[in-house]
Amino acid sequence: MINLALVVGKTAAPEATMFWILAPLAIIAALGMLLAKKAVHSAILMAWVMITLAIFYIAQGALFLGIVQVVVYTGAVMMLFLFILMLVGVDSADSLKETITGLRPIAILAFVGFGGLIVSLIGRATLGHDAVGLDAANANGNVPALAELLFSKYVWAFEVVSALLITAALGAMVLAHNHRVTAKPTQRDLSILRFRTGSLASAAGLPNPGVYALHNAVDVPALLPDGSAAPTSISAMLEARGDVIDSSPFQLGQAEEVEGEDK
Amino acid sequence: MTSNLLVYLIALPLFGSALLLLAGRKSDKWGHILATLLSAASFGVGLYEFSQMLSRANDQRAVSQKLFSWISVGSFQVDAGLVLDQLSICFVLLITGVGTLIHIYSIAYMSHDRDRRRFFAYLNLFIAAMLLLVLGDSYLNLYVGWEGVGLASYLLIGFWNQKPTYATAAKKAFVANRVGDLGLSLAIMISFATLGTVSFAGVKAHAGQASTGALTAIGIMLLVAATGKSAQFPLQAWLGDAMAGPTPVSALIHAATMVTAGVYLIVRSNFIFDAAPTAQLLVAIIGAITLLFGAVIGMAKDDIKKALAASTMSQIGYMVLGAGLGPVGYAFAIMHLLTHGFFKAGMFLGAGSVMHGMDDEVNMRRYGGLRKFMPITFATFGLGYLAIIGVPPFAGFYSKDKIIEVAFNMGGVKGVTLGTAALLGAAITAFYMTRVVVMTFAGNKRWDEKAHPHESPALMWIPMVLLALGSVASGFLFTHGNSLVNWLSPVVAPNPEHQSEMLKPAVVSIMALVVVLIGVAIAMMKYLRAEVPVEAPENVSVFTKIARRDLLQDDFNEAVFMRPGLKLTEALVVTDNAVIDGAVRGVARLTKGTGSVLRYTQTGFVRSYAMWILLGAIGLIAAIWVVTL
Amino acid sequence: MNSANYLYVAALLFTIGSIGVVVRRNAIVVFMCIELMLNAANLAFVTFARINGNLDGQVMAFFTMVVAACEVVVGLAIIVTIYRSRRSASVDDASLLKR
Repeated sequence: MINLALVVGKTAAPEATMFWILAPLAIIAALGMLLAKKAVHSAILMAWVMITLAIFYIAQGALFLGIVQVVVYTGAVMMLFLFILMLVGVDSADSLKETITGLRPIAILAFVGFGGLIVSLIGRATLGHDAVGLDAANANGNVPALAELLFSKYVWAFEVVSALLITAALGAMVLAHNHRVTAKPTQRDLSILRFRTGSLASAAGLPNPGVYALHNAVDVPALLPDGSAAPTSISAMLEARGDVIDSSPFQLGQAEEVEGEDK
Repeated sequence: MTSNLLVYLIALPLFGSALLLLAGRKSDKWGHILATLLSAASFGVGLYEFSQMLSRANDQRAVSQKLFSWISVGSFQVDAGLVLDQLSICFVLLITGVGTLIHIYSIAYMSHDRDRRRFFAYLNLFIAAMLLLVLGDSYLNLYVGWEGVGLASYLLIGFWNQKPTYATAAKKAFVANRVGDLGLSLAIMISFATLGTVSFAGVKAHAGQASTGALTAIGIMLLVAATGKSAQFPLQAWLGDAMAGPTPVSALIHAATMVTAGVYLIVRSNFIFDAAPTAQLLVAIIGAITLLFGAVIGMAKDDIKKALAASTMSQIGYMVLGAGLGPVGYAFAIMHLLTHGFFKAGMFLGAGSVMHGMDDEVNMRRYGGLRKFMPITFATFGLGYLAIIGVPPFAGFYSKDKIIEVAFNMGGVKGVTLGTAALLGAAITAFYMTRVVVMTFAGNKRWDEKAHPHESPALMWIPMVLLALGSVASGFLFTHGNSLVNWLSPVVAPNPEHQSEMLKPAVVSIMALVVVLIGVAIAMMKYLRAEVPVEAPENVSVFTKIARRDLLQDDFNEAVFMRPGLKLTEALVVTDNAVIDGAVRGVARLTKGTGSVLRYTQTGFVRSYAMWILLGAIGLIAAIWVVTL
Repeated sequence: MNSANYLYVAALLFTIGSIGVVVRRNAIVVFMCIELMLNAANLAFVTFARINGNLDGQVMAFFTMVVAACEVVVGLAIIVTIYRSRRSASVDDASLLKR
């Protein structure tokens, strides 16, 4: 690919091939992101578009930028998106029914109109000279050339943007700070609450998986003192999937048989 | 020649007016005395000036006094100045003399009125304004006095403004005067535009250089002003209603002085009218029409004051006719003006005396046989009556006959027409004046038992006697040796042409006497021999009906001016409400409507807002796309 | 091949992103579409850098990336906060400014 970047303009064919394969895929991914029902699908498709763009950057001689795109955008930003998606609710699915009347037809019209306008504008624009290519600019390497620009011509913008980053971090901390309006319940308060509500059996706390059992896997239910499986010691998801393993063979009474294995 | 006393003529009564109005009720006890004394003082100053004038040579009689430089705007320079020449001294003596007599009369006539002080304040204001009118040395100064007498007339006609009809009569007089004032304003404007000056001396000097058209225009505008102030046709409708004011007011303003201001204006502008023959002819025609108009109305009036008012209108028609007859006629117009001032004021005061004795009854049909109860009033009124109908050797004989003679001697069709009209007017005047005298003083008594007619107090009959003396003697005084004509000749007729004598003066006098005797005889037969009905008879000829309705003057004004004016006002009000206010309200409604429609874009959904932003962006890109086409 | 093809791709990605902002109801997906728009702009910048032969476009893209990262951080924090109080991540539920 570095070869590709350096010989831009000279050898068009490899770049063209790459372009004509990846560009339609990127566009399809973007459309899919637009139309996907589940938010997580949109996030994954978004990541696909990011990667494609990174490849485009590298193909055009923006080597540093391409790597940064992968690391920052795909790595940090999309992961951030996915974290928040998890927080907010993975299974929150948009219903396909549109609540605002008339929005969908106008949106389709706007899509066609907007796209058509910009594409035709670009098509009619002339720049006055052919593509120069970045051979000369990247003569000493892309990173030194970029650094030269960044620290001489754009140093002021650079400093301001770094201040912006700090501000953004602070802002996020301030926004996410959970301002308690009541006092945080202490352990004593939680314990009192546990005895007041709920059954006495769960007042002392639920047993972890594997307690009273010789197996502590996640999919093995814990045993209650009377030898039955505690229904709440397994994640409901596992139970729904039917991945629960019967824990009765692992009761302490039958422990002598397997004693040698685990202890 | 300058004199420093001229300003006192005006300042004394003006000061009195201001003092009485500002002092208020505190001056109720002495206000009337002070006003009368100030008016007499003004008369004294006038007499002094007159004596000084007599002692000077003919061409040096005019005196002037410049008070201050009033308007100085570019080429328009007007000084506040006064000039007293032979013409204005006649008016000054008439105004202050008759005015002072009427002040004395009013002390007794208004003695029961609690607003007497205000009355005297207005009387003094009138004297001051009228003096300013006749003493002003330019048209603009005259205009100030002109407006002032209009104001005083309004205040005095509507003096008893508790009665709505009186207040309306005052407004009617003011509005009719205003129409005339427009004429004077236009005359001043045209004069400034064409001649560059508005002072009398200046216009007289430049009149030769202006075009006849401009001078005719000025002359016609001055005539309009005169018809307004002097109640000539077509602005004569207000004079009858002006009798709503107290009788001294009718005597002073609407008989002797204010209504003669129009004649003064025409005579003062003789240099303009002499150079614009068309305007002069129009003046004569208006005068002739009015003298017949007023005479016909006077025949049908039962209200003594309205009959005298119609008579005033007719007599001023004579004066205007005289003023329209050229240089030879001006002096006779002034002569008739002065004699009319005596006998008409005297008759009005007599009418006031009769009203005072008959408990303010004005209907002559309820009088009858009063000469036994009011002998002095009868004597003075009778002398005035003889003067007005033109019986020699009383005043009217000299002045009126001279006008008829000059009219005939103009020659041609217009001479005969005007002369005949004047002669006919004399006959009708004799008829209706005899009717007034006979219905009031002669015959059987037609008043009911509640009235107890009595003679008026001395303060009332002394001025009447003095004015009667004037009615008797003034005619002879003014004509003896052509005294008035020679006196006025430097002002009005520098080079009098010798008139062709179509009719000898004696012939005219005999003709006039004959028609007068016919008129008197008819009136005697109708009102002395026959019984005068107490209620006005209903089955009369259509001419009488029209004459009773003032020859339909009010109906005409209403139909031609008032109703269309009202319709126009209503249309304007409707337009203002519907169109202009409607437009403003429409803008408000439009804004509200647009707002309530645009409200629906506020759906609250972020996504629809985002859609709007997107559409806006598309619009921008489309605009760029179009530009790059 | 013509470098302008990259510009067409960028234009299409931008359009898709802008429509996505309008159509999707989940706040996080809307945010992802905004990110897509920013990336499309970045692509255009890099393409122009190549066309013009200097690295100014790449520097612009670099800064855009930094700013986008900050924006993502703050925006997601806001979404989390809103979710905590309203228990819903749909943009349609925040319609209190309705007329």
